[in-house]
Amino acid sequence: MDQNVDITLTVNGQPVTRRVPARTNLVDFVRYELELTGSHVGCEHGVCGACTIRVDGQIVRGCLMLAAQADGAEVETIEGLSEDGSIADLQQAFHERNAVQCGFCTPGMLLTAEELLQKNPTPSREDIREFISGNYCRCTGYQAIVDAIERVANERNA
Amino acid sequence: MKPAPFAYVRAENLAQVFDLLDEHGDDARILAGGQSLMATLNMRLSAPEVLIDINHIDGLSDITNDGTTLRIGALARHSQVLESADVAKMAPLIAQAMPHVAHQAIRNRGTFGGSIAFADPAAELPAVSRAIDAKILLQSRNGTRSVAANDFYLGLFETAMQPDELLVGVEVPGIADGERTAFLELARRSGDYAIVGIGVQGRIDGGTFSDMRLVFLGAGDRPILASAAADVLNGNPHNDETVAAAQAALDADLDPMSDLNGPPEMKMHLARVLTKRALTALAA
Repeated sequence: MDQNVDITLTVNGQPVTRRVPARTNLVDFVRYELELTGSHVGCEHGVCGACTIRVDGQIVRGCLMLAAQADGAEVETIEGLSEDGSIADLQQAFHERNAVQCGFCTPGMLLTAEELLQKNPTPSREDIREFISGNYCRCTGYQAIVDAIERVANERNA
Repeated sequence: MKPAPFAYVRAENLAQVFDLLDEHGDDARILAGGQSLMATLNMRLSAPEVLIDINHIDGLSDITNDGTTLRIGALARHSQVLESADVAKMAPLIAQAMPHVAHQAIRNRGTFGGSIAFADPAAELPAVSRAIDAKILLQSRNGTRSVAANDFYLGLFETAMQPDELLVGVEVPGIADGERTAFLELARRSGDYAIVGIGVQGRIDGGTFSDMRLVFLGAGDRPILASAAADVLNGNPHNDETVAAAQAALDADLDPMSDLNGPPEMKMHLARVLTKRALTALAA
């Protein structure tokens, strides 16, 4: 059987058509095929959250979904969300609150934080911790990340 | 940490799935949410020749409630189940367990049916399915059969599902008036697999237990229904003596394996701690 798959999807609003090996996961596809390297590859088995990508409006693990499965989907990465300005306030707050150190977790953390604020505009600190529990950060100890997300929630509600 | 090569088929209907299962047998794997399968493929713990993607088959993701029975389609995503008012009303134990199932990005993809079919002994939903008398709906070319959750889990990752069958949904009788539920688990990080977890459903009328069902995850080679502990509770008052007797009865119910979290003795201790907490929560 054919081990390649033809896919057509949109990535950050741009139509993309490629022929890919079926085993290519979505995060490797956007990184190597499309050279969008903001989504990071950490554990490759769904634990760390560094590969978080948005598919059809919802965050997913980019390492636990095949590019083949994204045929017909709308995919958004940190590059797209950065360019359209939709998370500029989160990025600013992460910067100002030192919620970024090495930056490896940051793209996934930002996409996760944005989904939280869309689903729950008034999260408690506990809600924030629960929602980002699937994204490992090995630098900050999370305190600054929770602070930054909390600040943006307050600002958006002001 | 990349999967071995395989072919991929996006199935359009169930007949095509059954054809592919006939053709490829053990060399094929069903791809639903993929949140366990993809990890095992990435680690090359599994190397199928073909993946059959069932995500685009119509009619497998609905959650319906006819007032008596809740039906959860196999492809209902965890996040969909978590937010379902019908699930909260008809099967509160599922609703209570669901926040413990992985993390948002995984809940957006992972499916209810996939979790049941994979039958991980440390997962929440297989254990819960035993406490709520769920029926597992298995479809093949020959039709659909219903298997009680309590007959479904046969061993470590082993179920009553046959190679030519697809899990298409789960039916749950709506919770009866007066029944209470509690779900607790211990995990190193919220959303990770539990070290040990417990689900409880039953009655406390006039301070006396009845119809008690206790299930454990992470405490054996499959989700465990703790019938000895339930027998101790039923007909007895909710007090320290009864709870202690139920804790002691777990010796007959549980046979936890040693794993990365610790030895069996530690898991037995934690199971007893959770039992007391869950019964306290049930009475609250």
